[in-house]
Amino acid sequence: MARERRSARRPAAKVSRLRKKTAKVPPQQAPGPIEPVVRDGLRGTPLRDAHVQGGMVSLERWEPKLEYRWDTGVAIGRFLEGLREGKILGVRCDRCHRTVTPPRAFCEWCFKPMDAWVELADAGTINTFSICFITWDMQPLEVPQIPAVIEIDGTSPRVGFLHLIGALRAHTVDGIRKEIRVGQRVRAVWKPAAERTGAITDILHFTPA
Amino acid sequence: MARSMRRVAVVGAGLSLFMRRALETGKELSYYAASQALQSAGLRRQDVQAVVMASGPDAFDGVHMKGEYLSDGAGGWRKPYLRAYVGGGSGVFSIISGWSLVASGLFDVVLVVAEEKMSPTQPHPQAAFISIFDHTIERPLGPNLLWIFALEQNRYMHAYGIRNEEIALVSVKNKRNALDHPAAQIAAELTPEQVLASEVVAWPVHRLMVSPVSDGAAAIVLAAEEVAKRITAQPVWVEGVGWALDTSYWGNRDLAYPRYVEDAARMAYKMAGITEPRRQIHVAEPYDPFAYKELHHLEGLLLADRGKAPEDLARGRFNRDGELPSCPSGGLLGVGNPIAAAGLMKICELFWQLRGEAGKRQVHNNPKRGLAQAWGDLMQIGTVVVVGV
Ligand SMILES: [Zn+2]
Repeated sequence: MARERRSARRPAAKVSRLRKKTAKVPPQQAPGPIEPVVRDGLRGTPLRDAHVQGGMVSLERWEPKLEYRWDTGVAIGRFLEGLREGKILGVRCDRCHRTVTPPRAFCEWCFKPMDAWVELADAGTINTFSICFITWDMQPLEVPQIPAVIEIDGTSPRVGFLHLIGALRAHTVDGIRKEIRVGQRVRAVWKPAAERTGAITDILHFTPA
Repeated sequence: MARSMRRVAVVGAGLSLFMRRALETGKELSYYAASQALQSAGLRRQDVQAVVMASGPDAFDGVHMKGEYLSDGAGGWRKPYLRAYVGGGSGVFSIISGWSLVASGLFDVVLVVAEEKMSPTQPHPQAAFISIFDHTIERPLGPNLLWIFALEQNRYMHAYGIRNEEIALVSVKNKRNALDHPAAQIAAELTPEQVLASEVVAWPVHRLMVSPVSDGAAAIVLAAEEVAKRITAQPVWVEGVGWALDTSYWGNRDLAYPRYVEDAARMAYKMAGITEPRRQIHVAEPYDPFAYKELHHLEGLLLADRGKAPEDLARGRFNRDGELPSCPSGGLLGVGNPIAAAGLMKICELFWQLRGEAGKRQVHNNPKRGLAQAWGDLMQIGTVVVVGV
């Protein structure tokens, strides 16, 4: 009964690769049969993890491997060059009088080209932050990531971008909240100049100033 | 707003069960909901002139052109068919799309179906969300969807001095309401202490403040006025629709207040002739993928003062027997969150509530007008529908 079919027809060569995985079935009690359920006329056939792990349903697996090369664009490309030089750049619109970052080629409010590039400070204020114990693909983290929206000095009010807070002493929620708060002043911690590649990660993180 | 639009009514509704993982494919789930909606209206597939389908990111299914893949299950064979997609806002956007096809005079009967099957993504559909973030300046930081909710919740709490104990009450209310919903996936009787004792996934968000991963489908039937009156003695009229999209530079926005939801609500209220929403809306189904979002959205919908929705909640204003019942279905936190289907489930709930057919979930204030709202894309879209009898 237990079967995990490999796809008979592989999609175009190289964009997919199928990986055989040995099913690990932890010892557990029987999950009961798979049965259609009707409640007040609403239908469905709920599956439990044990049905799946125990090989009680047939499954098809596919693991795509896709590769992209993104053009960074006119404005973000120049922003990245600034990061390589250890500078945070913004742009100014003279019609709505906003100075914003991340830079953009045109003002989305006034729908006209931005008027000037501005070198901003590599420091700012925490607008908001989180203390996250899960990776992007739901793996647990012992040491949490601390994403934050940082309002960069020299921009208009409430203009910031996403980055990480780092180099804190504490690893617990209570401890971290003693070290940082909304409104906290922070400064960028840069990679050594020789290691910068013109990427958002040229800033390792922000840390309390 | 154009004067020549026709009146449009909801005349039937259907759902599948909401489940962490269903044996059924997305097509099969869609068929359950769509066939039930047709049956409830006493119609057959042949009576339908066009079909609108809503479903979320293709990455969940690993099926590109998902709308086309699902079309058979939605009853779309050899019919004018379109897919409505604005991320998490898709479920409520699907009725707006269907409404426009009928209001314009193009069709008299339109079937609207919403489906989501999130369970295929391994090891967890969270990983599929990485592709919503900016490829150059956000993805290299390893973002996940919890980040943006946690960041927004923290800003909301900071702006108004809101405590997490107050936000936990949303989970308590909705999971309790869902005990009476036959489709519910994670209904529970909980205390706020239990919500706050669940692990921190991304402070200030605890696990029990997050809606689950779900498979499920929902469907409604829309009809033009004259046809609707022949189909049912109790049409539920679409009185107003609205939607608005904010900038994708989400770090440049006020995260404490969803201005785009207000824009969408004002558009819908204007069309519905609503000047005092707190008096004229009797039952609400705001979008609640995370506990704080229901409060955030009630404020954006002008149904609570800014920063005051938590106080209203604590004094029972949003309970089923309260002044403005909110998420009487049990919402995404209790019934489940098959993304696009969850939004349309809210319309189904209003359909049943306004016809007095909600059974144990029936609100106590004899409602004549209800509102449903959803939210999505990169924290930037609000979709709002006002329905009434
Ligand atoms: Zn401008």
